[in-house]
Amino acid sequence: MSLTTGLKSKLGLNVFKESSKFHIRIKEGKEKDPRLQKAVLVCPAGLYSQNPEGEVVLSSDGCLECGTCLIACGRELLDWEYPEGGSGVQFRFG
Amino acid sequence: MPYQNENDGFEVIVVGGGLAGLAAAYILADRGVEVLVLERGDYCGAKNVTGGRIYLNPVREIFSQLLKDAPFERHIAHEEVSLFAASRSLTLRYDGSELGDPPYQSYSVLRAKFDRWLARQAEKKGAMLATKSRVDDVILENGVVKGVRAGGEELRANVVIACDGVLSLVSERAGLRKDIQPQYYAVGIKEVIEMDRKAIENRFNLEGEEGVARLFMGDVTAGMFGGGFLYTNLDSISLGLVVSIKDLLENQREVIVSDLLERFKQRSEVSLLIKGGETVEYSAHVIPEGGFNALNSLYGDGILVAGDAAGFALNIGVTVRGMEYALASGYYAAQTVLHAREKGDYSRATLGLYRQLLEDSFVLKDFKSFRDALSVLNSPRLFQHYPELLGNILRDLYWIPPGPKDRLYSTVRRYLGVREVWQALGDVRRMSKI
Repeated sequence: MSLTTGLKSKLGLNVFKESSKFHIRIKEGKEKDPRLQKAVLVCPAGLYSQNPEGEVVLSSDGCLECGTCLIACGRELLDWEYPEGGSGVQFRFG
Repeated sequence: MPYQNENDGFEVIVVGGGLAGLAAAYILADRGVEVLVLERGDYCGAKNVTGGRIYLNPVREIFSQLLKDAPFERHIAHEEVSLFAASRSLTLRYDGSELGDPPYQSYSVLRAKFDRWLARQAEKKGAMLATKSRVDDVILENGVVKGVRAGGEELRANVVIACDGVLSLVSERAGLRKDIQPQYYAVGIKEVIEMDRKAIENRFNLEGEEGVARLFMGDVTAGMFGGGFLYTNLDSISLGLVVSIKDLLENQREVIVSDLLERFKQRSEVSLLIKGGETVEYSAHVIPEGGFNALNSLYGDGILVAGDAAGFALNIGVTVRGMEYALASGYYAAQTVLHAREKGDYSRATLGLYRQLLEDSFVLKDFKSFRDALSVLNSPRLFQHYPELLGNILRDLYWIPPGPKDRLYSTVRRYLGVREVWQALGDVRRMSKI
């Protein structure tokens, strides 16, 4: 099992509740910012990746709401808020 | 009329139903104060992550009744620290009756269970709890916090206690936060691995509800500042890593944090410990570890900040602590509110008592004692050089060659040249700051 599929199946173990919109957005025009490329390394859920055009894209499935990307990239690059109440990850153990 | 609520709202709004917020609500409700706790999760603990273990001694006195029946996992009776190099490890174990006899100094804990229990205790005292409630903003009037906005509603209060965790959007909106600096934060990632209770006790040589806490340093974080941890719970194992976000951002090998955990699990020393277990949850959270220098403003007009929101977590190498500081800061925030309520004044000047109470307690005393911990400990020599050096010495001491074996002294001496000893002395001197 590759490390990536391992991560996907691990995220599948968590309880997630859907929200009407994803709570993190890459700011327009910042998709190629080199600081944003570092988010690929630090996101524990592997939600950030780089597309062939060199832009960083963000997948909305499986966010752990840990805040690491916000610490790494700051509000200059990301619109970051918590998911609306009662949605998102719900840890059963924590 | 000091007790009258001038705002036609609540007396106190607590944002965040974690340890700090629930501790504050518990104390306030017990004293008859009207307190509303807003929690964004489905239940308290739903958004919280710990490694984790909680140390009781610092908070035993202030929460003597409360903590007696708390749903902890196991009391930690065995401590182990391991230094990992690429293909070997070296482990030091500390146990015996001074750790194994009550009162126990620390327990493993799972937050979804613990926080839900704590929320019930606060509710029993009369605190109101609104779950699934995200706070979107604070109500600021002439620089004074007058309440919060949540779900399109304005909720007014005499005072707001921001206990909304490490990212604390509430204190940010109130203008109390410093700019984010990655070197002041770490990310913790963890798996909870379910395992039969008896299997855990047999595997880790535990008697009854004894537990073990293990720390792993060195190669587990690819030499970056941080470490691995393993705690035994009643029916599961918490296994994970804590890594400096700054080091991750700057790592030239472009190591991905989630891969680090997979590699850690694949180490033979670790895979044997979790064999037969089943991962049931994968979680992650940012940890504030900047210590005293990174603390945010603790209070303002109409607002107090407690727990991770204030920056109350401390990494001093062998222990990474946060939960006791959260409980205690919640307690002192509540004491401050009681005092302000007595005066009928929630201004910054009156709420400044909070800082004083924290200064007089273990909370800010610890933060001052260890204010240089991060800069002293965040040294590649500690996380790469010494694990390698100690491992080399041990390998040669244990090594029986085909021919005659070197004398022990010259075996060790080979590694401890003038330069090495000189540098080691320098490291010890730096260590004296903490």
